[in-house]
Amino acid sequence: MINQEPLTHALNMNSYINNDFNNTDEVKEVCIQVKDLNLYYGDKQALYNVNMDILKKKVTAYIGPSGCGKSTLLRCINRMNDLVDSVRIDGEILLDNQNINDKNLNVSALRRRVGMVFQKPNPFPKTIFENVAYGLRIQGINDKRLLAETVENALRGAALWDEMKDRLNDNALGMSGGQQQRLVIARAIAIEPEVLLLDEPASALDPISTLKIEELINELKEKYTIVIVTHNMQQAARVSDYTAFMYMGELIEMGATSDLFTNPQKKQTEDYITGRYG
Amino acid sequence: MMNQEKLKAWIDSGTPWIWLNATAVSICLIMVVGVLGLVAIRGTSHFWPGKVMQMVYKNDDNSAPKTLIGEHIDTSLMSVAMAKANGHVMAENEDKLVQFLMKTGNRDLTGSDFGWILERNSKNITYPKELVVIERREWGNFYGNLLSLKENGNVIAEGDALWNKVNEKLTTSLAIFEEIKKLEKKEIGAVNYSLERLRLQEKSLQLKNQLTADKEKEISAEREILNTEYKKFQAQLTELYQKGRTISVVAKIDNGSELEIPLSKIVRIYQPNSMSVIDDIGFYFTKFSEFLTDDPRESNTEGGIFPAIFGTIMMVIMMSIIVTPFGVIAAVYLKEYAKQGVITRTIRIAVNNLAGVPSIVYGVFGLGFFVYILGGNIDQLFFPEAAPAPVFGTPGLLWASITLALLTLPVVIVSTEEGLSRIPKSIREGSLALGATKFETLWQTILPMASPSMMTGLILAVARAAGEVAPLMLVGVVKLAPTLPLDGNFPFLHLDRKFMHLGFHIYDVGFQSPNVEAARPLVYATSLLLVAVILVLNLSAIIIRNRLREKYRALEG
Repeated sequence: MINQEPLTHALNMNSYINNDFNNTDEVKEVCIQVKDLNLYYGDKQALYNVNMDILKKKVTAYIGPSGCGKSTLLRCINRMNDLVDSVRIDGEILLDNQNINDKNLNVSALRRRVGMVFQKPNPFPKTIFENVAYGLRIQGINDKRLLAETVENALRGAALWDEMKDRLNDNALGMSGGQQQRLVIARAIAIEPEVLLLDEPASALDPISTLKIEELINELKEKYTIVIVTHNMQQAARVSDYTAFMYMGELIEMGATSDLFTNPQKKQTEDYITGRYG
Repeated sequence: MMNQEKLKAWIDSGTPWIWLNATAVSICLIMVVGVLGLVAIRGTSHFWPGKVMQMVYKNDDNSAPKTLIGEHIDTSLMSVAMAKANGHVMAENEDKLVQFLMKTGNRDLTGSDFGWILERNSKNITYPKELVVIERREWGNFYGNLLSLKENGNVIAEGDALWNKVNEKLTTSLAIFEEIKKLEKKEIGAVNYSLERLRLQEKSLQLKNQLTADKEKEISAEREILNTEYKKFQAQLTELYQKGRTISVVAKIDNGSELEIPLSKIVRIYQPNSMSVIDDIGFYFTKFSEFLTDDPRESNTEGGIFPAIFGTIMMVIMMSIIVTPFGVIAAVYLKEYAKQGVITRTIRIAVNNLAGVPSIVYGVFGLGFFVYILGGNIDQLFFPEAAPAPVFGTPGLLWASITLALLTLPVVIVSTEEGLSRIPKSIREGSLALGATKFETLWQTILPMASPSMMTGLILAVARAAGEVAPLMLVGVVKLAPTLPLDGNFPFLHLDRKFMHLGFHIYDVGFQSPNVEAARPLVYATSLLLVAVILVLNLSAIIIRNRLREKYRALEG
């Protein structure tokens, strides 16, 4: 090795890494398959031939410098890019072997299966209860007992129940940033999606809130397939099982997180994780 | 050199700029306070009972001196040169000519109820306690002395007992008048309304060739009942009128002529010079509440302006009901659904420019399109039995409200669009990511969050519509509306009726009145009321908006 430093750096990180992907006995089931995905904003191409498999009930992290297309890729998975007028997408994304780029697909139904949490907490200006119940009400569920039960479970799932159980009728905008972000996660899991997309969920939060979110991710992967975009490599190392490194719209390298950080196969990956650019 | 540097430093420090800003704000404030102050003072002082003067007045032309009774209204000063130019003879030691404007009343006997007199010619000014002012239903105020009270031509009171007796009898007479008014408006009004409906029903059946003998019999039976009822009320009315007419007061004016006034023609008798301050205050509030709650009298120069207040508020509410949903829906389409391109931009510019079209143009459009074309066709289709009398083919509340809704539509569209674009993208995405469709996102989240902006649009619309007069003159406002657009006869809300409006009332009283002096204070009082009505309407809208704002406080940043 020409440069010893990155390796030790990465090795240090290794101690945070969750080890359960080493368990080879477990059947690795593919949840999402991205096939030859190309994405254009008008004339500008933003994603080049992306191919990747995302495994069920694992945490997959996308890392890469700003503008590399990791958020764009994430937003393809629940068709959030439909909101951009000039966008054009080639290729397939298979969710349980069903192509979600199908024109006839019911996008709302897809988004109920693939929940998303954004960079900045975006609670609705409603009560905490109504925020969590929002997705259910949209589906026409108005049964009071069912709602209360689901809201409680979702808040428990987002580690927010104990803090908020007496404040369910307060406006959600009165919560702190970290609480708001966990509320948004609760809102997403209340409709019991299969996949959770987290777009830099902790980037607007303080370290303690960040830690709580990370702990939460660790708990959530018991039930959900999680894809997380993050700027923060330590965070990727701490929370993810698999990591994909993207650069300039291309998927450079993907692998088990410990492998990628300790033993990157590509020069660009190594440069990035050692902090040469990004 | 030093001074120049200092000046530069002073300018650079921003001090003159701050002064300039502060001055501009002060000037605005002074103007606003000035306008409101003038209107408030002139408008409210009108109701204060003025004392009545009695004087010996001797004209310049050496005619015999005469007694003059009247209320002092105004004083004006004229320079010597002006006085001479106006033909007044001026003595050496006079440096100005003082003139009084006197309200002398008694228009029926003297021909006018206001007059200018010269201060130097008025002598022995006194305020005799026994002078009375009689507010009459016709011919304006009476000023003079009471002589006696007559019933059926026989004197029933005179001298000391007179005043109490007059007041006592007047109370009865006013009660009778109330009864007459109620009978005419409510009972007889309802019977008339039913008769008219019956007539229309009959004619309608006739037009459709469905007027069978049975139906005819039915209708004439019903008509018979109504006619009997009508006759009964008519008899009651005649009786009441006769009862009211039996008693009258005999009074004398300043030039000595005597006059007999039936009590039924009297609204109020008072002796202003013997009233204490407390009496004055009581009188003031009585007059003011009469102004607020009564119908106008004497071609709008006396009495109240309740129908105008009611009409203004009704019209504004109707307009709000029409313009808000319409504007909001249009804005949602423009902002949320329409493809943002040249066409949408053009439409947006056109909508914005609509706000700049002079309001009278809207009035012309309202008359030409709504009243004649739409209204005319509605009449042909739905009210053929009323022909040739128009129902909707004539100016009325509905057309006025729609015309003003059109006039204020741009304001609502623009502010709703602004509100929609202020909602953070993250909120939309958050809702869509939970599986909501665009429509659900709009209804559940976006529109409630934009509601304060819609209210802002509505506030601006109300402010504009309530003050608008020009278009209304073409599409529904009248000088005197016999009935309110809302009453107890089915269907209760009569959108086809013409109505009165405070803004038009100001114009009418101020500029179309035969009695300018009497009308002037009413112009101020009505203006004050118009401002107050707009203020109340706006304040309530602002309170609602602030509540909504608090509720849908958007995310910071």
